[in-house]
Amino acid sequence: MKTQNHTLNKGTDFIKTLFKKQIFIPIVALLLLSIFNLIVDPSFFKVTYGLNSNGDPVLSGYLMTILDYGSELAILAIGMTLVTAASGGQDISVGAAIAISGSVVLRVLCGTDSRPETLQAPIIVAFLVSCVVAMLFGAFNGTLVAYFKIQPMVATLILFTAGRSIAAWINNNELPIVSDPVFSYFGGFIPGLPIPTPFFIAVVCMIIIALVLKFTNLGLYSQAVGINSKSSQLNGLNPAFMKFISFVILGLCVAVAGFIKVSRLSSINYSVIAKDIEMDAILAVALGGNSLSGGKFSMSASILGAYVIQFLTTTLYKMEVQSEALSAYKAVVVIILVVISAPVVREKLSKLFKKLRPQQAVGGED
Amino acid sequence: MQEGTVLEMRNIYKYFPGVKALQDVDFTLCEGEIHALMGENGAGKSTLIKVLTGVYSKDSGEVFLKGREKAVNIKSPQDAQKLGISTVYQEITLCPNLTVAENLYIGRTKGIFINWKIVVRDAFNLLQSLGIPADPNQQLSSCSIAVQQMVAIARAVDMECKVLILDEPTSSLDDHEVAKLFALMRELKAKGVSIVFVTHFLEQVYEVCDKITVLRDGKLVGEYSVKELPRVQLVSKMLGKDLDDLSDIKSDSLKYEADENIPPVFEAEKLVSASGIKPFDFSIRKGEVNGFTGLLGSGRSECVRAIFGADKILGGKVKINGREVKISKPIDAMKNGIGYLPEDRKADGIIGDLSVRENIILALQVKKGFFKPFTKAQANAFADEYIKLLGIKTASADTPIKSLSGGNQQKVILARWLLTNPEYLILDEPTRGIDVGTKIDIQKLVLKLASEGMSITFISSEIDEMLRTCSRLIVMRDRKTVGELDGEDLTQNMIMNTIAGGGNNV
Repeated sequence: MKTQNHTLNKGTDFIKTLFKKQIFIPIVALLLLSIFNLIVDPSFFKVTYGLNSNGDPVLSGYLMTILDYGSELAILAIGMTLVTAASGGQDISVGAAIAISGSVVLRVLCGTDSRPETLQAPIIVAFLVSCVVAMLFGAFNGTLVAYFKIQPMVATLILFTAGRSIAAWINNNELPIVSDPVFSYFGGFIPGLPIPTPFFIAVVCMIIIALVLKFTNLGLYSQAVGINSKSSQLNGLNPAFMKFISFVILGLCVAVAGFIKVSRLSSINYSVIAKDIEMDAILAVALGGNSLSGGKFSMSASILGAYVIQFLTTTLYKMEVQSEALSAYKAVVVIILVVISAPVVREKLSKLFKKLRPQQAVGGED
Repeated sequence: MQEGTVLEMRNIYKYFPGVKALQDVDFTLCEGEIHALMGENGAGKSTLIKVLTGVYSKDSGEVFLKGREKAVNIKSPQDAQKLGISTVYQEITLCPNLTVAENLYIGRTKGIFINWKIVVRDAFNLLQSLGIPADPNQQLSSCSIAVQQMVAIARAVDMECKVLILDEPTSSLDDHEVAKLFALMRELKAKGVSIVFVTHFLEQVYEVCDKITVLRDGKLVGEYSVKELPRVQLVSKMLGKDLDDLSDIKSDSLKYEADENIPPVFEAEKLVSASGIKPFDFSIRKGEVNGFTGLLGSGRSECVRAIFGADKILGGKVKINGREVKISKPIDAMKNGIGYLPEDRKADGIIGDLSVRENIILALQVKKGFFKPFTKAQANAFADEYIKLLGIKTASADTPIKSLSGGNQQKVILARWLLTNPEYLILDEPTRGIDVGTKIDIQKLVLKLASEGMSITFISSEIDEMLRTCSRLIVMRDRKTVGELDGEDLTQNMIMNTIAGGGNNV
């Protein structure tokens, strides 16, 4: 039998492969949202250059808001993608875990006094401690899933329920405030740089995960384990450990996202911080075209998916949708996006595309 | 349509990306006949069945059914069911945790309320009339696989079925169970049901079928009456070549001279795993091919799994080249130069959604380590090399392995282990569910690898296949080894005797 057909012209070949590529889905969603905004109000895309309240030059506009606030989501989507791939389930405790790790950051920075004049510890120490704590909680989830074989959603329900209380308990239910301006740079702007810092942090995370995926077998192993764990075990892999480690990595992502979140406020609100972010993170993975039952994944599609979700949220805010009604609107849009990206619909679309080019209806070989 | 014809498929075409799965295939089924559909893997049998049952839509062609003027359009398995076409697949598709009666009638009862008494009575009558030895109140999972298969058939037949398709129903049955299944098939035939029988087993075709339709490479080779087509002819029609190959391999005399001075490549003493086998001793020398034989469930697969560390090891000593080592996980075995092709290709072998390339490099990659991934170029080179070497039919190395035919999937798994360049390779049923051509390829490959110094353990349900390849056989019964045969003793009779317990070695 022949292998591939090289007689197709390059253009249709490109579109054909694009149809098959996962990243096609979030790209289409992004385009649709952009077109919608362009029609409704082109000023959505206006980016202005001005001074903020501290007198530093910053870029502002809806696009910058998306880059800014989409960053935590993008960072979480990295970990959530790995968890989904390896364990075939999702972690719904990331919002509560963010509350915990954010609370830890404040606790370390403020010590016993909730409103100190000076920082009680260097910021980097606070960040590292929160990383360790978040990874421990990730390890807790991972142990339940990998070694006790509890369904991921059920296992993480525990921390989902208890997390915010734990977060409050860490600071004796007080609301510490950090007055040091340097701390607010991480969730705001570094003086002199007009682009929001969270975006830089997200980019750093993306570069790190890209390097990890390139220079280790994390991608291959977690996909193999997620698709067929019995078979991967017979190939020398340790499926339970791969699942476990994916939750620990997500813990690290949670710590980074939590750090940004508390830096934005220089304080914390235990019940509101990162509320419902787990759903957005899971949606980002889904919107990236990744199967939520595990297996093959595309990291770039998930990350783009995260920004598309933020794009959607920002669009809705701009339409002056009330914050209580936001989720309802979001749900509708998400339904549409998910239906469009469903394999069934994509197949129909690509068939439609084929019909438009009848000479290809026969497909495949010469 | 001619008189007496139940089903006619004309000029069927079906394309998949990169593959012409069916080209101008005709298929005719007469009333009350058992019609075998034969062909190598990838010949188009499954595709034809799936077109007929509405799983795939055909690209062109027509399907006619008795009693209907026009060609019918079957869009889904439900459509096929309504038209009286039922299918029973190789894997049981019933619910094991329900009772036999529930399985027979689930989804078919009318109304909200169900009178279970009547259902059980109906089930009893149905099972009786077909002579199926099952109690309606029995939980399905407690029945043997053969009875489960029969229940599936009974369910299919009871739904006013005119055409019954049996897709490799016998692959997981032993001879006794096959005989029972055949009795049921003859019973149905007598009742006027037309049966399409897809199988790899030649003997079974000659035992039970009336007609044979042979496909090859997606094309129709022809339709023959069983009486007019000798076995050799059938094989050569399926392969599209003469049978010299078959006899070639048979005449190879298997003599293995062990060098007693060199310690065995692998040696196990009182090895026992959590799978329920009795402790066993085993050894294999450089360049030797040996095998485990025994009936289904005799523990032959459990033995090799223990050697590879796939089940929890409870005790015993293992030596590699005379040096004592500890093998408690597959990775330990792999690092000691052992490869293992598992019995259940779908559940234990392939990683379905991953590409052919990733499936090929997986074991070597794991052996190499987490922090040392192969570059794309290396991976491609490996994949291309083995796709060519083993003649794997795939659109490209990027194709997900699950879209390949069974034989080609098996070749990919074989490639995976050959790539790790093992000293000792275990092949558990490498030829199950595979076409004759690939079977011979694999047998030849085994002998070639052994002549190059690889030690191989070869397990197969087909005794003649083991006689062709192995120079020593370990016979198993009831989860323990009951004998070892080599040299002159290696005959079909002797093996049977030992398995049955009448041999000299017991």
